[in-house]
Amino acid sequence: MSTSLTPSSASTAIPSTLGSAALQNQPQPRRTERPRAAFFTPARLGIYAFLISAALFFLLPLYVMGITSIKPMDEIRQGNIFALPLVVTFEPWAQAWSSACTGLDCKGIAVGFWNSMEILVPSLLLSVFMGSLNGYALSFWKVKWANWLFGILMLGAFIPYPVMIYPLVRMFASINMFQSIPNIVLIHTFFGMPIMTLLFRNYYAGLPVELFKAARIDGGGFWRIYFQLMVPMSLPIFVVATIMQTTGIWNDFILGLIFAGRENFPITVQLNNIINSTQGEKVYNVNMAATLLTSMVPLVVYFVSGRWFVRGIAAGAVKG
Amino acid sequence: MSNVSIKDLNISFGKTSVIENLHLDIKVGEFVVLLGPSGCGKSTLLHSIAGLIDVTDGQVEIAGKDVTWADPKDRGIGMVFQSYALYPTMTVERNLSFGLRISGMPKADIGKRVDNAARMLQLTELLQRKPSQLSGGQRQRVAIGRALVREAKVFLLDEPLSNLDAKLRAELRRELKQLHHDLGATMIYVTHDQIEAMTLATRLAVMRAGKIQQLDAPDVVYARPANMFVAGFLGSPSMNFIKGHLRNSGGRVQFESAVFQADVSDYVFLQPHVDNQPTVLGIRPEHLHMVAADAPHNAQATLGLIEPMGAYKIVWLDAQGASLALQVEPTMALTSGTLAHLAMDPGHVSLFDATTEDRL
Repeated sequence: MSTSLTPSSASTAIPSTLGSAALQNQPQPRRTERPRAAFFTPARLGIYAFLISAALFFLLPLYVMGITSIKPMDEIRQGNIFALPLVVTFEPWAQAWSSACTGLDCKGIAVGFWNSMEILVPSLLLSVFMGSLNGYALSFWKVKWANWLFGILMLGAFIPYPVMIYPLVRMFASINMFQSIPNIVLIHTFFGMPIMTLLFRNYYAGLPVELFKAARIDGGGFWRIYFQLMVPMSLPIFVVATIMQTTGIWNDFILGLIFAGRENFPITVQLNNIINSTQGEKVYNVNMAATLLTSMVPLVVYFVSGRWFVRGIAAGAVKG
Repeated sequence: MSNVSIKDLNISFGKTSVIENLHLDIKVGEFVVLLGPSGCGKSTLLHSIAGLIDVTDGQVEIAGKDVTWADPKDRGIGMVFQSYALYPTMTVERNLSFGLRISGMPKADIGKRVDNAARMLQLTELLQRKPSQLSGGQRQRVAIGRALVREAKVFLLDEPLSNLDAKLRAELRRELKQLHHDLGATMIYVTHDQIEAMTLATRLAVMRAGKIQQLDAPDVVYARPANMFVAGFLGSPSMNFIKGHLRNSGGRVQFESAVFQADVSDYVFLQPHVDNQPTVLGIRPEHLHMVAADAPHNAQATLGLIEPMGAYKIVWLDAQGASLALQVEPTMALTSGTLAHLAMDPGHVSLFDATTEDRL
């Protein structure tokens, strides 16, 4: 380290002693590189050992699922759950997708997948739109009792679901909406509202209020400022909200079970039904494949946009 | 062109009153600067004229029309903010035309106005850039341009130069003055920078705690401050204050204190004064001079710190514990620790009541 430091200190000393005129006749001393820190110190080894073992610990179940789903059943029966498959087969995946049975129905998890999509898309659009609109209104338009409204909304986020489920069941039953796609879409929109509002409100609170004032002087109204100014400016937070809502709605089980109705069970409920339908021996490979298929959407979302997700959490969701 | 008239204005947030019973009349084409320390209500006043803050009580008139409850866009104003507040997702051109597009003006007219404003502010080359690709000075020009294209009757400027570096600030200050001269529009300008206030204003309003302390031409405010706050706020270094008493003797009025004696008989008193009245004498650093020891002088003090400013030097002196600032020629040779004799220009003295702090 000391040898690499010497030239750098010498190079900075030259201009001060010789002056700029002398420098022009001389070849310019090249800037020395910053001394490299040693890569393998005991502390660093310890950190990597911990990180690698932690990563292995969390990846292990995924590994077991992955290899089990491509093994034939007679290999699984031998009981070596960590062993790599001797024969690779994608038959369980095909079965899980299109012909696994839930009770008497043998149409696979595909039914649930499309149901979930049908639930996800409108719920996502509606909850993100409402959340951003709420956040925008709460941060910029001085609504009377705005803080109270926001407080009540936040309170909603802390009340456990079971308290609200039965009243909601009765309410939707009374208007003949119970157990339908619109029902579950509205439910997801309601339950997504507090966190979406919080997310957008905090994002908009970070924008300079003068921007809004300038737009007001330019004659912008509520909707114009929202659509022409705020929405284009908040694309990052829209991405974050989309990620959060997609994973949240996709992973939901209890709300889908109660409010979606038998025809529209989401993929998570479908998965549970496939795994719990007892007909002879457990088809572990099909179950594993079905589980992986179910978690595919959130997994893909995380892999593609994990960076955005972390950024969004840091930007607003937690800062509160 | 229009005038702005504010009557009995009261603004309070919850229980804290920010502005109380404020009156302000601004004539057509005036450049009024609201000057004051932070929290004095100057920005609140400006924003209430813009309609961005609801007034609690009182009336705001622009061009003879009561606009107290009018929407900001209907007031015929343009506003420039300290943080520029440019729409970051729009190009300069779209920033300038945003308001016009909202009002549904025909495209050809919008183009004409935008081109005009861009030419005046030397932005023509930059029309297709995004705000993030502009320098601070260019951004502020765009912000001014946004008010310009609206053909606003009243320009409201909220510390528009505070985010710029010193050189650019001086440059834009000059451009702004030129712009005011060319347009002849009424401008109301909020700042805490006394140099901006002095250079730009046709009338200067010094504010404190929601009240206008003095409203007059800048040189009048500078030369004849209405109270000690105004006197101390304007000028750098600020006015020297010396506590003492007034003595009436034989038709002459004498100011006396332990460190400073002065004959103030020629002073134009605004208020009647009594003998032995506790008084504060104010004298600006440039009106205090060093004189020879045998010449008539008002005070003696020891030389302390010397601050060379280029065009002049500021000398800090110690007169029995009281600190005095003095402005001298840059060529003057000075040694700290020596005793100096000081004389003042009698015509530039200000006297204040020691308790009310108002000008006598």
